[in-house]
Amino acid sequence: MSGTLGRAAAALLRWGRGAGGGGLRGPGVRAASSGGSGSAEHLDALVKKDKVVVFLKGTPEQPQCGFSNAVVQILRLHGVRDYAAYNVLDDPQLRQGIKDYSNWPTIPQVYLNGEFVGGCDILLQMHQNGDLVEELKKLGIRSALLDEKKDQDSK
Amino acid sequence: MELSAEYLREKLQRDLEAEHVEVEDTTPNRCASSFRVLVVSAKFEGKPLLQRHRLVNTCLAEELLHIHAFEQKTLTPEQWAREQQK
Repeated sequence: MSGTLGRAAAALLRWGRGAGGGGLRGPGVRAASSGGSGSAEHLDALVKKDKVVVFLKGTPEQPQCGFSNAVVQILRLHGVRDYAAYNVLDDPQLRQGIKDYSNWPTIPQVYLNGEFVGGCDILLQMHQNGDLVEELKKLGIRSALLDEKKDQDSK
Repeated sequence: MELSAEYLREKLQRDLEAEHVEVEDTTPNRCASSFRVLVVSAKFEGKPLLQRHRLVNTCLAEELLHIHAFEQKTLTPEQWAREQQK
């Protein structure tokens, strides 16, 4: 874990230069409650309600696991502030339900536009290879990294 | 259940017809509950990352119930060759 997270941190630092301290502001995350249901109908509505939906161990403010933290940090770097985050540690039914619903054995899980994207490894690779910027663009979200790079180019 | 890096490596190699597999026990005390795997298989060709990871997850579905943290990297033989040249 430390290796990948170390690499993640290195990648984040690379991107993060020139961020101007903007990253210190907390994201406009809805502290959503799960409603106590792990049913497919409930989850179906949940993942489609917001453009960006993440299921975490812990909250964006206080992730309880390195992998969940990596997802939060990647979204923050891209300036994605408006996303729904659900804490599976609050709700065992949600925790099992989302694994079944996504057919994915681990947390965190990321949904974009109601579609399952993957877990931490996949989001990290999408961040590194530029796919995430493209996927966000499809949702009408302009990645903050684009502006940052422009700033650096013009310096 | 007996979980070891070697056991996971053999299973991945066999089921995914992998030409190269690395499994690292990333549990701080090596108690075999966290793993990082690298799988190189021709079966990944033409498949997006999500589907590749799903193949690995399916292969280790039973084991993952007992694994606490799991990281994976999935490469085609060409990608692996390129990576080694770096």
